[in-house]
Amino acid sequence: MSATSVEIAVVDYGMGNRRSVEKALEHVGARALVSSEHAALRAADGLVIPGVGAFPRAMERLRELGLDELLLERLREGVPVLGVCLGMQLAFDSSTELGGAAGLGIVPGEVRKLESGELKLPHIGWNEVSFTEARGRVGSPLIAELPSRCAFYHVHSFAAVPADTQDVLGTAEYGARFVTAVQRGSFYGVQFHPEKSSAAGLRLLGNFARICAVAAAPVAP
Amino acid sequence: MHYKRVIPCLDVDGGRVVKGVQFVDIRDAGDPVELAAHYDREGADEVVFLDITATHEKRDTIARLARASADDVFVPFTIGGGIRSVADAQAVLDAGADKVSVNSAALARPRLLDELASVFGAQCVVLAIDAKRVGAQHPLAQHPLAQHPPAQHPPSQGDGPSQPQPPYNDGYTDSNYTDISRPPDTLPAQSWEAFLAGGRTATGRDVVAWAREAVERGAGEILLTSMDRDGTSEGYDLALTRAVSEAVSVPVIASGGAGELEHLTQALEAGADAVLCASIFHYGRHTVAEAKAHLAAAGIPVRVR
Repeated sequence: MSATSVEIAVVDYGMGNRRSVEKALEHVGARALVSSEHAALRAADGLVIPGVGAFPRAMERLRELGLDELLLERLREGVPVLGVCLGMQLAFDSSTELGGAAGLGIVPGEVRKLESGELKLPHIGWNEVSFTEARGRVGSPLIAELPSRCAFYHVHSFAAVPADTQDVLGTAEYGARFVTAVQRGSFYGVQFHPEKSSAAGLRLLGNFARICAVAAAPVAP
Repeated sequence: MHYKRVIPCLDVDGGRVVKGVQFVDIRDAGDPVELAAHYDREGADEVVFLDITATHEKRDTIARLARASADDVFVPFTIGGGIRSVADAQAVLDAGADKVSVNSAALARPRLLDELASVFGAQCVVLAIDAKRVGAQHPLAQHPLAQHPPAQHPPSQGDGPSQPQPPYNDGYTDSNYTDISRPPDTLPAQSWEAFLAGGRTATGRDVVAWAREAVERGAGEILLTSMDRDGTSEGYDLALTRAVSEAVSVPVIASGGAGELEHLTQALEAGADAVLCASIFHYGRHTVAEAKAHLAAAGIPVRVR
């Protein structure tokens, strides 16, 4: 299966810029749809969890729609899932945002307020992501053909703190260094917005589409 | 590393770009989405669309523009013009815009900023200010924080910061004004007055005081246009840029007057977080990539592709 015939579903739980993610996926050649229907999400070759907003409310919405269990089920099947911004944060064990809430528990660790020092929050704008300083994941297919340092567009006040440094794929600095890209199994997460990060972002989404295509290809006899 | 931004601005009327030239990689110089996608490919960090359409069907027009842009523009984009309510902003943001810019509607009803920020977050709310210098004799210069009732003016015949300005006439005589052709930084204690979008109606509001109030209410960014410099290619009003950047904690986008690449450097060194550019790019004088290279050579952190 090629990246052009791969079908990627953007998980719609009522929060975040679904449309921009959908259009960027289409731009890199994937067939994209936005849906909260379980059947559609089960049929897709890969899933994207978008999201802008508060962590507790987002988890509440996912549970109301039964999407938390569905995401875990699909990950157990080895289906690639990409969490974007809040969608990445939701994959962690918990967040301290607004009094705290439990997350999906896909990636061990906690989501905490950015320690930006004097710099103001939210952190908004283009920031250089460093893929080389993260150990262990230099060869990740998600960042194939991207330079080791590359600017991506960020809008956030919270950031994930993975318990296992092996899960870290990329970091950036805003007052202090924070984790901005992770991978664990077939889950990929980026704190930045690839759909708003011009050529570099489109390259990353194209890589994700290829990851989905490879995962969906029938195993050779 | 936090990067300073270069932002092309497109004036749109009835769905078409007001000024613009043909670039080799686009088919239709009048199509705002094609032009914006061109600037994205050239390395623009964001794009601003200002809709100057003077009709009541604005909300549909700008939502359509936002939807079309989301298909082809993969950097953040802001839409301004005709947004007067949370519902107006919702339509544009749902269609794929990242931020909305408000100007006259916020001057008329400042609470709009509180409403937008509480629903969408300050990061989605840009306050555009059209600023005009006032001389030392002007009441605003003597009492910078004083409030004045709006002066009486003939009704505005259109909108948009880039239109040619009619001779300034608000009832004061010329002798009330310091000669604005003098270099900005040699002027005595200065102030600026906020005008309604389009620049024909004075509001009596001091620009610095208005910027401060707007940020307190929830504006996440100030798009600061110098009406004196807009269209002149003489450079940004650096004193204005500096005054507002120092007064507020949020990013200031300098606008109006860029004619040379060095002007961009000057505005960013004066405290702006971003520079808005129109004719310098639209008329093919410079490319975004050239602007980025110039800024990088001057030691300003910019995203270079």
